[in-house]
Amino acid sequence: MSLAGGLLSGDVRALARAISLAEDRDPQATALVAELQPQTGRAFLVGLTGSPGTGKSTLADALVKVIRDRQQTVGVIAVDPSSPFTGGAVLGDRIRMSRHTLDKGVFIRSMGARGHLGGLAAATREAIHLLDAYGRDVILVETVGVGQSELEISTICDTVVLVLMPESGDAVQTIKAGILEIADVFVINKVDLGGAEKTRRLIQDAMALGPRQAWRPPILMASAAKEEGIGPLWDAILGHQAFLKESGGLAARRQQRLKQEVVALVAERARDEARRVLDGDTAVGRRLRENRNGKLNPYALAEEVLGQRGPQGGS
Amino acid sequence: MPAQASTERQAPDQAKRRRVLTAKVGLDGHDRGVKVVSRALRDAGVEVIYAGLRQTPEMVVEAAIQEDVDAIGVSLHSGAHMTLIPRILELLKERNATDIVVFGGGIIPQDDADALKKIGVVEIFGPGTSLQSIIDFVNKGFKAA
Ligand SMILES: Nc1nc2c(ncn2[C@@H]2O[C@H](COP(=O)(O)OP(=O)(O)OP(=O)(O)O)[C@@H](O)[C@H]2O)c(=O)[nH]1
Ligand SMILES: [Mg+2]
Repeated sequence: MSLAGGLLSGDVRALARAISLAEDRDPQATALVAELQPQTGRAFLVGLTGSPGTGKSTLADALVKVIRDRQQTVGVIAVDPSSPFTGGAVLGDRIRMSRHTLDKGVFIRSMGARGHLGGLAAATREAIHLLDAYGRDVILVETVGVGQSELEISTICDTVVLVLMPESGDAVQTIKAGILEIADVFVINKVDLGGAEKTRRLIQDAMALGPRQAWRPPILMASAAKEEGIGPLWDAILGHQAFLKESGGLAARRQQRLKQEVVALVAERARDEARRVLDGDTAVGRRLRENRNGKLNPYALAEEVLGQRGPQGGS
Repeated sequence: MPAQASTERQAPDQAKRRRVLTAKVGLDGHDRGVKVVSRALRDAGVEVIYAGLRQTPEMVVEAAIQEDVDAIGVSLHSGAHMTLIPRILELLKERNATDIVVFGGGIIPQDDADALKKIGVVEIFGPGTSLQSIIDFVNKGFKAA
């Protein structure tokens, strides 16, 4: 059976293989995602982001439990950093979700960021589409815990949950980095450690300074480790989903996301195309290679490369 | 058309990463060895998914399939290796996933290691294994030296 057929018929291996193709930037993955596109758009996409160690994976585990109790299926994509030196990685998010391994309604995939910035991997978008086509009701995406630059999550998910923990200076850092704006729901995790109330006030004060929005992000308290406050957290996430649907924001978000995705696809192709032109037997490529004194103008070269677009690329 | 449109992407062999699932199978809690091996694999450029302690053969095989790994590395100190490792091989067969190779580590006597290799385990790393031999193992495509 074809990979697409296997995936649509619920074959876990086909799904897993397809995600690997996307991770390896294999051309077959693009074709597959394009083929499956009509089957997508049904899943609810939830992002979990926040500084390292705030409890994103533990929260994902607890949320999966609640979502399963409510009879919905889940896909989890958990991104961890890759070593910039070897490209290798130890992906440790899955450990926290071990108890769901044998549940057929849960599919968990760990991803190395493989040099992609922004808290995600280049293939995260494709993996979301594939899980969506596979028929998952909810897709949870856990970003790399990088603290500041994981803004990309807001361009690929319906609802972004920002995970903080009490009294760590973490909330202050987050506020400074301007990450508050991307949060649709705040959760202060590890309330069992105490000090959560102070963190809540910090966030509230910071939000009071911002512009008044139609959606006021709620601030939830939870202990993922003790599985306390998880039902209310999921309800708050669903509350945001309902708001998006009623306000027309969901359509707007998805349109925005589509645009971002096209930009990303074009950028990826353009980068490869530029390398091909510069490495190939082209006038500009030859000049670059023969240049010894470093006097070439990169802006002029870029214009030239853009001018070269098309002769081999057009199909 | 879509297939055509994507040929400008980075060549797959440039980006293709090997993936390995490591796990502690059985009930003992000695995870030092498996963590050292996981880091050695990472340093060899592998993406390691560490599944953690107290994994059953069923969990290991299911996780390996979801993660689409090239290899499974299991560590056992409980003495149950002669039942748990063959069970993993059996489950891989049932799932048509025998392309996923299995290697082991921990406390496994030589006779048992030989017997396990006979039934399809590609390598057993004993307690004194050098990190270099693990890296060589990866570079040979998860085949014994
Ligand atoms: N006390 C307490 N500890 C928690 C809670 N939730 C998670 N932890 C612990 O916090 C640590 C980090 O948890 P993770 O879930 O791995 O955090 P993470 O945000 O996914 O971490 P990275 O993926 O590395 O960024 C672990 O030791 C957890 O056991 C909680 O509610 N209370
Ligand atoms: Mg995590």
